[in-house]
Amino acid sequence: MSAGVGVDLENLWIRFGDFVAVRDANVHIKGGDFFSFLGPSGCGKTTILRAVSGFLDPSEGNVLIGGNNMKGIGPNKRPTALIFQNLALFPLMKVWENITFSMEIKGASAAERRKRADELLDMIALPGQGDKLPSELSGGQRQRVAIARALCAEPHVLLLDEPLSALDLKLRQHMRTELREIQQRVGITFIYITHDQGEALTMSDDIAVMRAGVIDQIGDGKTIYNDPATAFAASFVGENNVFRGKVLEVNGDEALIRTNRSGDLRSRISTANLGKMNVGDDAMMFIRPEALSLAAKGATGDNFVTAQVTHEEFEGNSFNIFMEGDGGKEIKVAIPNHGQSFDDHTGQAMTLEYEVANAVVVPAGELAAE
Amino acid sequence: MPRFLREFFNRNGTMMGSVMLGLVLFWTIGLIILPQLSMLDFSFRPNLPPPEIGGPKDVYTLENYKYLIYGPEGGSQDYNAVDLRVFFRTLVAAVCVTLFNLILCYPIAYYLGQTKGNHIRIFALMLIIPYWINEILRAFALRIIFGESGVLNTMLVGLGIFDTPFDFIRNDIALYAGLGYAYILLMIFPIYNVIESLDHNQIEAARDLGAPWWRIHKRVVIPYAKPGISSGCTMVFMLSAGALAAPQILGGPSSLWFTQLIYQQFNDNSDWPQGAAYAIVLLVTCILLVLAVMRLFKVNMGDIGK
Ligand SMILES: Nc1ncnc2c1ncn2[C@@H]1O[C@H](COP(=O)(O)OP(=O)(O)OP(=O)(O)O)[C@@H](O)[C@H]1O
Ligand SMILES: [Mg+2]
Repeated sequence: MSAGVGVDLENLWIRFGDFVAVRDANVHIKGGDFFSFLGPSGCGKTTILRAVSGFLDPSEGNVLIGGNNMKGIGPNKRPTALIFQNLALFPLMKVWENITFSMEIKGASAAERRKRADELLDMIALPGQGDKLPSELSGGQRQRVAIARALCAEPHVLLLDEPLSALDLKLRQHMRTELREIQQRVGITFIYITHDQGEALTMSDDIAVMRAGVIDQIGDGKTIYNDPATAFAASFVGENNVFRGKVLEVNGDEALIRTNRSGDLRSRISTANLGKMNVGDDAMMFIRPEALSLAAKGATGDNFVTAQVTHEEFEGNSFNIFMEGDGGKEIKVAIPNHGQSFDDHTGQAMTLEYEVANAVVVPAGELAAE
Repeated sequence: MPRFLREFFNRNGTMMGSVMLGLVLFWTIGLIILPQLSMLDFSFRPNLPPPEIGGPKDVYTLENYKYLIYGPEGGSQDYNAVDLRVFFRTLVAAVCVTLFNLILCYPIAYYLGQTKGNHIRIFALMLIIPYWINEILRAFALRIIFGESGVLNTMLVGLGIFDTPFDFIRNDIALYAGLGYAYILLMIFPIYNVIESLDHNQIEAARDLGAPWWRIHKRVVIPYAKPGISSGCTMVFMLSAGALAAPQILGGPSSLWFTQLIYQQFNDNSDWPQGAAYAIVLLVTCILLVLAVMRLFKVNMGDIGK
């Protein structure tokens, strides 16, 4: 199988009339990586993928695959294979014909194709199913056939457009592992599109977080999760509590924030914004629910938050406490369940504690819709 | 009662179901099957003056069918060469019209079916509106275009492409154009209907896997559109083989359409049995031809209804 090659987007703009679907995207994807574009519906993920596969010409900027500019090269001539959001298997062809369609085009004999189809069917754990029609397979099996069909074309880059979105939760989680395994086995570059942060975090080497046509942040999963660059990235990836306010003091890589309702709180400044946050700027501070813990009542300091409990819930692995927060949003606290007894605190004022290293502050910005 | 009938009544209620079923039965039996059966009966009887009908001479005979093949009894020729030639020419011409229509309409239907936007509706409307004009007027309009001193000849001679006007009518070009045009919609719409439901991603998937455009059509679009193509072709073939107005108006003086012979038998010769026999031969041949072609291309009867 062919080795993965890198993909670069250089100052990529894509417009539909006056509407800007992708705004000045600059991305470097290393060969052999599993790279994800993560963003909410309508943010331009499919549009970027179509520009890479060649179905859409960029309005400005370049797409480079393996260092070669792809301008003017059609989708049937690019070293990419696309797995569509709805798979787009050919319903009238048998599974093996579907898988080897790319070989048929190159004029391979039926015997050769059959042989290759059997190899690929073994790889996707569907041995002997080649003579079925796609409609006779289950959703997860169809999924795998689509992957085999794309791999059969021996692409250098495999593009996947939310291929798991039609599957149920269990199967989706199973397919995550499987996809990652296949990627590691064939060693080619995967560009994966999803609006599911769990998928992006579990499978990817690197992730680009997108918001309304703009790439907010690129980094590996841990960086995106622990060290978000924007308010959007902080609120879109995983659950997060937001505290709005203004910067009161900056000390090195920490800042003291005068929050609108929880007093002055200390926080780490996110790496991408070091040196860029000044006293008086509007800021948003984020603390994950699992980074908050209960403290002695009435304790004060710049890493303590006191608020009224509105309700509580038991989620199995954690007890969740919801407290009155800023701007109509609740503060969520997740207390890990290790068999301890747990009192009902509803209606009481509670004090929470966090480690400054676990709070992160970024300039005020747009939050992800819930 | 068979299951489908029971389901039908359950869905529509006994009252409404009976009315609907009654109407459909009346339509198929009363208006289609019975008249055809009476034509079939006619075709096997001699042409007698009214007083002798039901008399001793009114017996079943094959003479009307023999006439098509051998001509009048004691005639000078072994075969009825004139009528047979018209018969086969009609069939071949109808096949040609059908193929010509298919080649012309498939790209149009594909374009209509796979392009999005409001202009498609305008395009479709422009195809439909000419059909508000009645068939005879349309045929005469083509005569005006193709006539010896018609628009086309004036233009061609004026541009110096031809020295003398070309006789489009005598050469049957007007006739083929007229027949082709008359049934264009019957070809476009069935194909358009299926192609519209073809997921565009399939075309893109094929392209992404490296297929050139013609192979995308061969392997993805045409197999998918086959039901529409066969239903369009069947209709166009049946209707052009059975057309009367267009050949009457646009046909050259020397070239008869088989339907014109049938018409002459019924109307000019008042020989209903002979006309009926000719009509039945045409009908049965057309049906057999269609079934044979369907078999060749592995089309199911059920697909035609799509
Ligand atoms: N052909 C087009 N013409 C006009 N606007 C378009 C076109 N294609 C996409 N858009 C717009 O561009 C934006 C991005 O679309 P895109 O399909 O890339 O979203 P997405 O991120 O893939 O969303 P989803 O997760 O729902 O698939 C959307 O607002 C969409 O309306
Ligand atoms: Mg999309």
